[in-house]
Amino acid sequence: MGILQIAAVLILLLLLVKPLGSYMYHVFSNQPNRTDKLFTPFENVIYGIAGLKNRSGMSWKKYTLSLILTNIVLVVLGYIILRVQKLLPLNPNGIDNMEPTLSFNTIISFMTNTNLQHYSGESGLTYFSQMAVIMMMMFTSAATGIVVAIAFIRGITSKGNTLGNFFVDFVKAHTRLLLPLAVVVTLILVALQVPQTFGATVQATTLQGDVQSIARGPVASLVSIKHLGTNGGGFFGVNSSHPFENPNPLTNVIEILSMWCIPAALTYTFGKFARNQKQGWVIFGAMSMLFLMFLSLAYYAESQGNPAINALGIDAAQGSMEGKEVRFGIAQSALFTTVTTAATTGTVNNMHDTLTPLGGLVPLGQMMLNCVFGGDGVGLVNMLMYAILGVFLCGLMVGRTPEFLGRKIEAREMKLVAIAILAHPFIILVPTAIAFLTDLGRGSITNPGYHGISQVLYEFTSSAANNGSGFEGLADNTPFWNISTGLVMLFGRYISIIALLGVAGSMVKKQWIPETIGTFRTDNALYTAILVGTVFIIGALTFLPVLVLGPIAEHLTLR
Amino acid sequence: MNSANKKSLLTGELIKQAAIDSIKKLNPVIMMKNPVMFVVELGTLVVLLMVLLPEVFGAEERIGFNVTVFFILLFTVLFANFAEALAEGRGKAQADSLKKAKKDIVANKVVGNGIKVVSSAELRKGDIVIVAQGEMIPGDGEVIKGLASVDESAITGESAPVIKEAGGDFSSVTGGTRVVSDKITVKITSDPGESFMDRMISLVEGAKRQKTPNEIALNTLLISLTLIFLIVVVTLAPIANYLGIELEIPVLISLLVCLIPTTIGGLLSAIGIAGMDRVTQFNVLAMSGKAVEAAGDINTMILDKTGTITFGNRMASEFIPVSDQSLAAVAEWAAISSVKDETPEGRSVIELMKKQQLSYEASLAEGGEFIEFKAETRMSGIDLLDGRQVRKGAVDAVKTWVAAQGGVIPADLDDKANAVAREGGTPLAVAVDNVMYGIIYLKDTVKPGMKERFDQLRKMGIKTIMCTGDNPLTAATIAREAGVDDFIAESKPEDKIAVIRREQAEGKLVAMTGDGTNDAPALAQADVGLAMNSGTVAAKEAANMVDLDSDPSKIIEVVAIGKQLLMTRGALTTFSIANDVAKYFAIIPAMFTLAIPHMEALNIMGLGSPTSAILSALIFNAIIIPLLIPLAMKGVTYKPMSSSQLLSRNIIIYGLGGIIVPFIGIKLIDMAVNLWI
Repeated sequence: MGILQIAAVLILLLLLVKPLGSYMYHVFSNQPNRTDKLFTPFENVIYGIAGLKNRSGMSWKKYTLSLILTNIVLVVLGYIILRVQKLLPLNPNGIDNMEPTLSFNTIISFMTNTNLQHYSGESGLTYFSQMAVIMMMMFTSAATGIVVAIAFIRGITSKGNTLGNFFVDFVKAHTRLLLPLAVVVTLILVALQVPQTFGATVQATTLQGDVQSIARGPVASLVSIKHLGTNGGGFFGVNSSHPFENPNPLTNVIEILSMWCIPAALTYTFGKFARNQKQGWVIFGAMSMLFLMFLSLAYYAESQGNPAINALGIDAAQGSMEGKEVRFGIAQSALFTTVTTAATTGTVNNMHDTLTPLGGLVPLGQMMLNCVFGGDGVGLVNMLMYAILGVFLCGLMVGRTPEFLGRKIEAREMKLVAIAILAHPFIILVPTAIAFLTDLGRGSITNPGYHGISQVLYEFTSSAANNGSGFEGLADNTPFWNISTGLVMLFGRYISIIALLGVAGSMVKKQWIPETIGTFRTDNALYTAILVGTVFIIGALTFLPVLVLGPIAEHLTLR
Repeated sequence: MNSANKKSLLTGELIKQAAIDSIKKLNPVIMMKNPVMFVVELGTLVVLLMVLLPEVFGAEERIGFNVTVFFILLFTVLFANFAEALAEGRGKAQADSLKKAKKDIVANKVVGNGIKVVSSAELRKGDIVIVAQGEMIPGDGEVIKGLASVDESAITGESAPVIKEAGGDFSSVTGGTRVVSDKITVKITSDPGESFMDRMISLVEGAKRQKTPNEIALNTLLISLTLIFLIVVVTLAPIANYLGIELEIPVLISLLVCLIPTTIGGLLSAIGIAGMDRVTQFNVLAMSGKAVEAAGDINTMILDKTGTITFGNRMASEFIPVSDQSLAAVAEWAAISSVKDETPEGRSVIELMKKQQLSYEASLAEGGEFIEFKAETRMSGIDLLDGRQVRKGAVDAVKTWVAAQGGVIPADLDDKANAVAREGGTPLAVAVDNVMYGIIYLKDTVKPGMKERFDQLRKMGIKTIMCTGDNPLTAATIAREAGVDDFIAESKPEDKIAVIRREQAEGKLVAMTGDGTNDAPALAQADVGLAMNSGTVAAKEAANMVDLDSDPSKIIEVVAIGKQLLMTRGALTTFSIANDVAKYFAIIPAMFTLAIPHMEALNIMGLGSPTSAILSALIFNAIIIPLLIPLAMKGVTYKPMSSSQLLSRNIIIYGLGGIIVPFIGIKLIDMAVNLWI
């Protein structure tokens, strides 16, 4: 039954890939199409207000700079709002201003599409902050990721000097993609009993006669973009395990599909831009293979139950239900966990801290790879980076300078790719080591031993991969964690964006090499296998030693 | 060529010199050029310090282990150095033999009206020298007066002398070659130290070897992998420490050295040098490694018809009778006219007779007077003792000759002659006195095996274009026969450059061969230009490769060598990186088993003990380098096939093999190590 539930969701996703992928292609290919009539007037108003007169293509440097500057402006704006939220409207619950290091962490967290939350939404944010900061950034950071992917795709599939116009892409990502989808998903969620209100906390008297405050607010709108934008920051502290964020299995499936559809469909968009749909399916195939491996592990590990509890003679037929919601069960929880860390959303419907060790390895592993679908846009770009790497490693074996999509991979691209692949282990392992060297870090571990290693490792991995889910249990709202994870999120997001847009900028200018029978093919099954192999050997083996000390040691000692 | 390779690889002297050089290369300043191995050297030094000063590190108890690790690491570095030194050594050996040819030569320099005897080292560009029979040519230059045969065996290895004469495409001479007959006046075209021979020596010595773009890109990847593993290993200590596991420094260094790509890092420069060397062994001189790599990337090859695809001389391929003459009669008279004809055409007539098993009365020609071909008559033949005159030659010339004797010109002669011309052949008419017998069909013959080679090129995805001065019909015939993909008929030198530009505009890389001065611009424009050594200085200057044997069809082999070079690099990189899987499974459990006994579950190879596991992985990592030296030098076997086939084959051998081999290797070494631990 569990497998059936999972299979049904996978099939629904497959059905979404082609239509959504084509739609995104039409949005960003800038060719006139039917939807223009609907959106153009609205967009022209925005361009008018923003004073965007020059909508011509930008060089990669200009594109990247525009992206970064736009993000900086949003960060500054968001930071100010959080610091003075008490004085602003829509604060029926009288919530105070946010403390500086926490504000820094929160703002970076949302701008980088991470949504690591060192605060609890219901007590830390006003409704105004939830909407003007959190939701605003959920849209803008997702749009940022999507336009990065589009610019990168244009770079490797088109000829010329430009990657497109950042501002036009950025606006279109909102008007034609995220906003319409968010409206639809919000309405569905509301229909399925997710609250959407400006009303204050409700006071309820329990059967025992105690007074209980029940938090509510504009939940549905936030939950929709939280998933669509692969953001993951919940309205409530416990995120999508909260019955108001995710009341039933149906909303669970909708949330899974919402966070999964854009990263998955972008592979199709890529195929369309590359004018070779097989190229897109190769990327999708490699992602899916990795995903299925992780999903099987999670599902198997969780359904086996916790050996320590099983040893007590407690019936393990339901699997390891600690930290999971009964309304979702093992299958829906394992799938949610795998999807949320594959697509690096970070929303959770169960507590990852209480996953079995191998079950906990799954989210960790996927975030370490950061390319199993990945966050909106950036996941595809990361996988394409591995594709370039795979071409470089194996392409030489056909006796030619390696080529990807008809362009040679040369020293400049390799240098930029090297920066991107180096950054990820660096910003995970080095801060983890530092955390273990200081009491500031060690002191926060609530569950010493191997699990403690997982806790710390998870926190930084989640930050670096811009996932944002927590291996809760770490006492992480301290200046040490706020600042260190803030920096890791920042580097995790922008180093690879800059480096990979650089790759795109250099690829777009290259001379195309016509395809011959001697060309290394990147659109077949063999290459899919090579891609998976590259991701495993370069991406995964790097983290094996530390994983051995964390979840694997925990698993081996527990069984 | 192959046997020569093997011989020089096994020379004791060469190995001894390489062994010495590999120690010299331990100098950190030199090692820094190879960052991967430099990291290993640094690790070796740290372990050495721990061996020498154990009390400082508190490593007194582990001295035996540390000494062992030190030696394995040291040998890892030495093996890598040895590979490089061996590759360089082979180049040096070749350079030495060239240097012998470049002794100081006495030159007769023309000064004013007299002649001054100077040393070749004093000659400058523009000087004029006279070289007489038996003398060495003192420097690279151009013949400006006279004609001489020159022995160029010093550079080409070909003992037959070649003719050099003023003007035209055979005017360039190379310093260090010997004039064997006659006397020539030579204008020197290079300053000392810049001559062809000097460049050749520095090239084979590898003194000026620069990293190729592809090597730089690969190096970037190797360095970043090294950095990644450095981060992995350095951060592992504090993380493990949290669990109360103290990791010894030599163990961490062992893990690091096993994980970083030492195999490819150690062999990378050897692969590059050996690739260049293979080209040189093949008597082709590449001006840079970049040119060899570019050869591997070639999409289009432009080949001259004459000399490359065809023999260039026309061979008799058919006898065609005219009027009511019989085939036997045409053949007989054609043969008789050719018995004493030593030109290739003449000999080919006799050969065709044999091939067609036709006979003729050779005695008829006995005592006859051979009439040589002259430009005025355009005929040759024989005057028989019985007074009959036999002639063969250009159709119109023979026609005039027959008519002059009152003979009748058969009506079908012109049609048949034109038919031959249309097919790209040359018709020769055969007549005896006033009787016209028929036509010899002379055909430009395609070299044997060319069709197969073009098929191979097609399989590699390379398009071939034939250039010829022939008319389109002739060109089409030869093109069809040779199996080239495209041709340019009635081509002028400008056409070649236009074709190259057109192909390059489509993003293709173009290779071509040439020898004349008018080929020079095209040679320079092409991505790979192979000039013939017999060609002009201008052509050689413009090209990025020179074929010392002057065999234009070698360009095909050069492409294969370029591909092989890239493939070897890719195969060993993949192998090296794939090795990491097994090494992880050897070292990781070994590191933690003492503190966490459950880790034994990860010891899937069942290695004897943590110590032996670490040492085995490390030993495997070291000895795989010398084991792969022959492969690095020879290059992986390359057969022309499509990229998909090549890739599947190499992925299985070097990718899967790279994962499986170390599991077996480490297990075997571990069993051996456990015998004496």
